[in-house]
Amino acid sequence: MNDNLFIVVFAAAIYYGTPLVFAALGEILAERSGVINLGVEGMMLLGAVGACWVATSIDGPAGVVLPIAVVAAMLFAAAGALIHAFLTITLRVNQIISGLALTIFAGVAGVSSYLAGLWDLGQAPVANQFGKMDLLGWGDLPVLGPILFNQTLLTYLSWLLVVLTSIYIFRTRWGLQLRAVGESPQTADSVGVAVQRSRYLHVLAGGAFAGIAGACFSLSILPTWQNGMTLGQGWIALALVIFGFWRPDLMLVGAYLFGGLSSLRYTLQARGVEIPQLFLDSLPYVMTIVVLVVVSNSAARRQLGAPAALGKPYEREER
Amino acid sequence: MSETSVVGAVTANAVTAFGVTKRFPGVVANEDVTFDVRVGEVHALLGENGAGKTTLSNILTGLYRPDEGHLLVADRETIFESPKAAIDAGIGMVHQHFRLIPTFTVTENIILGTQPPSRRFLIDVKSAEDRIVELAEQFAMPVDPRAKVWQLSVGEQQRVEILKVLYRDAWVLIMDEPTAVLTPPEAESLVTTLRSMARQGRSVIFISHKLGEVASIADRITVLRDGKSVATVEAAGSSRESLAELMVGREVTSVIRQGGGALAGAATVLSVDSLSALGDRGRPALTDVSLQVKAGEILGIAGVAGNGQRELVEVLAGLRPRTRGSIDIDGDAMERTDARYPIRMGVAYVPQDRLGTGLAPDLSIAENLILKRYRRPPISRAPFLRPSVIASEADRLMTQFDVRAPSADTPTRRLSGGNVQKVLLAREMSGAPKVLVVSSPTQGLDVGAVATVHQLLLDAAANGVGVLLVSEDLDEVMALSDRIAVMYEGKILASIDASEADISRIGMLMGGADLVEGQGS
Repeated sequence: MNDNLFIVVFAAAIYYGTPLVFAALGEILAERSGVINLGVEGMMLLGAVGACWVATSIDGPAGVVLPIAVVAAMLFAAAGALIHAFLTITLRVNQIISGLALTIFAGVAGVSSYLAGLWDLGQAPVANQFGKMDLLGWGDLPVLGPILFNQTLLTYLSWLLVVLTSIYIFRTRWGLQLRAVGESPQTADSVGVAVQRSRYLHVLAGGAFAGIAGACFSLSILPTWQNGMTLGQGWIALALVIFGFWRPDLMLVGAYLFGGLSSLRYTLQARGVEIPQLFLDSLPYVMTIVVLVVVSNSAARRQLGAPAALGKPYEREER
Repeated sequence: MSETSVVGAVTANAVTAFGVTKRFPGVVANEDVTFDVRVGEVHALLGENGAGKTTLSNILTGLYRPDEGHLLVADRETIFESPKAAIDAGIGMVHQHFRLIPTFTVTENIILGTQPPSRRFLIDVKSAEDRIVELAEQFAMPVDPRAKVWQLSVGEQQRVEILKVLYRDAWVLIMDEPTAVLTPPEAESLVTTLRSMARQGRSVIFISHKLGEVASIADRITVLRDGKSVATVEAAGSSRESLAELMVGREVTSVIRQGGGALAGAATVLSVDSLSALGDRGRPALTDVSLQVKAGEILGIAGVAGNGQRELVEVLAGLRPRTRGSIDIDGDAMERTDARYPIRMGVAYVPQDRLGTGLAPDLSIAENLILKRYRRPPISRAPFLRPSVIASEADRLMTQFDVRAPSADTPTRRLSGGNVQKVLLAREMSGAPKVLVVSSPTQGLDVGAVATVHQLLLDAAANGVGVLLVSEDLDEVMALSDRIAVMYEGKILASIDASEADISRIGMLMGGADLVEGQGS
């Protein structure tokens, strides 16, 4: 059944797109509150190292170890997000600079690699991994079965979170407040919405989601530790937020498009299709640049629905 | 007087302020302010800019805490700890600059920050909308709860602001300069709404510096001057003159244009033909605008802000490219878009943003005064500026235009609004222009400075300059202009002789009512 190239490519697109979904979903929450966090890549690496550490150092059944590993990933990445939140929300540091600093601080030459060395990670694949499983018994459906229902638990979790986050943003009172804080913190403040608290919470939630994205790498895709193992996918997630107009449902489509591009090198190579390796490797990044260039001017961003207060620190007017 | 006697003395008051004092470092913003607002009353707070109206409303809405004095809401002593406490006590504020989110629907804007009707965790939008429609009908303010706010006119947006306050069960509405952004018909419908609220037992505090409207809208008027409450008077039976005196503290003579105007046979100094230009967002902001101004004439442009006035003056000043059309200054075509070009052709420009666009706030008065002439003698010689010439020129202009400042070296940002405007006019007039383009020349100025600026504009016209006066203040346009053109959505709807202009007709035009008769210039 898996011989069909079409099915293989699509299944791989979803598998490799899953970390992008988590990371971009988290960034949507943060940006909807008006805080842009370029530290996604760094936070993913923190999540990856945290998850790998738990999976390596705790023995036990997968049903116990893996949830703990995922929670650890969320906490590690949220700790990174907390630094960004404190700098940008409380101290009102430039969000771009703080986010870049976070990625450098946590990235390949930073904390994540240091911790991995300290804990001696990456010597062998982790014992407990997220493997593909047929959760609902629908894996035998023609075509759709192997594409949609032969995935890891993390993928199913990402779908659940996309649905819940969409409902949260657009249908609940808290979502309304979140959008108001990102559009006009002055207005939100004037009707009693706690602007700073909302921004903290959503930046932290965004960090936790990025942590799960990191866990996708160290618990499933690789599944071990390698320095800088997220391969710049955090940057692609940032582009996806814009690509999806800050909406979870549209972002999901984009994530699988980029996931498909990322996976081409594995799927095509395995079939002996002759396309230069470098070209395939560069595809997702080239696409990212194209997306970012298209939406880089601020007028276009406004039309695409970027939160109006994105990137702007909020300070209450006082005399 | 003790507190209890205050409480005993007043009954059925919605709000009582007694001896309220608020100090900021270096300023006493409110000093011993005392007034009371009855239930079912429209009560105006009248005062000039800087008289303490804003500080007072910030105290009433919980943003500031008074240093001294008492505040009673529904006859109970209250000090608000936060804006939320004021809202909970039933005091709502409609700000001059709306606090609305353009991309949200009317309903979303109104329920934001409240506990909206919900099913499980999801907002029950339908019942929120029903409640809003009900309130809107009760107070005669039709509005579509599903419309996005950016689609609404300014008048409709104001209704949303009012509904936002009513939705929170406010019994006291504070309205800050509510008519400043409205066309006369919109202002009339606002008055209807405020009256119906008062009839239904709510109270309105109406903040304004416009004498005329205060006298016609309010039941009683409390006049503020220099942070103090000067008097509370019944609106019926108080004249504009007496209110103006209370407000300013001396007798005020307002400038009214008598006679004047272009002389027969005067040359046309500004001729604009079929001018079109784009706005900041790339959409057409000016469409096919044609107008002429003769030497010695004042052409007033009336209209609600945002109907192309800013784009028009920017094109004339060479700051915005036009997409088509021609501009002639005293018979010579202005060909290029370049700020230096109009200056050389004799166009003087007083922008609305005086201190940002008009002057360099950190430079001295003297430096600002030569900003348009420093390239040529006598101000400069070869590459060098001549400080002695600059200083004597500054002295001359400061005397001539009555600029009050410690010295010519004072940075312009330290000056009061009136003096800033005088510096700007002095610089523009010193270039001996043929055309003077002024935009909202008295916005934010106090009554005395307004009169001075008006006189300067009339002097300019008397000296043969053609003046294009763009202003949102209809009274100003009517008082100074020889002819009045009304702008609406980037077009000039009509051009009327000032002697034939009446306020209701211009008001209709400002709202876009197209005239079949009387069009053309």
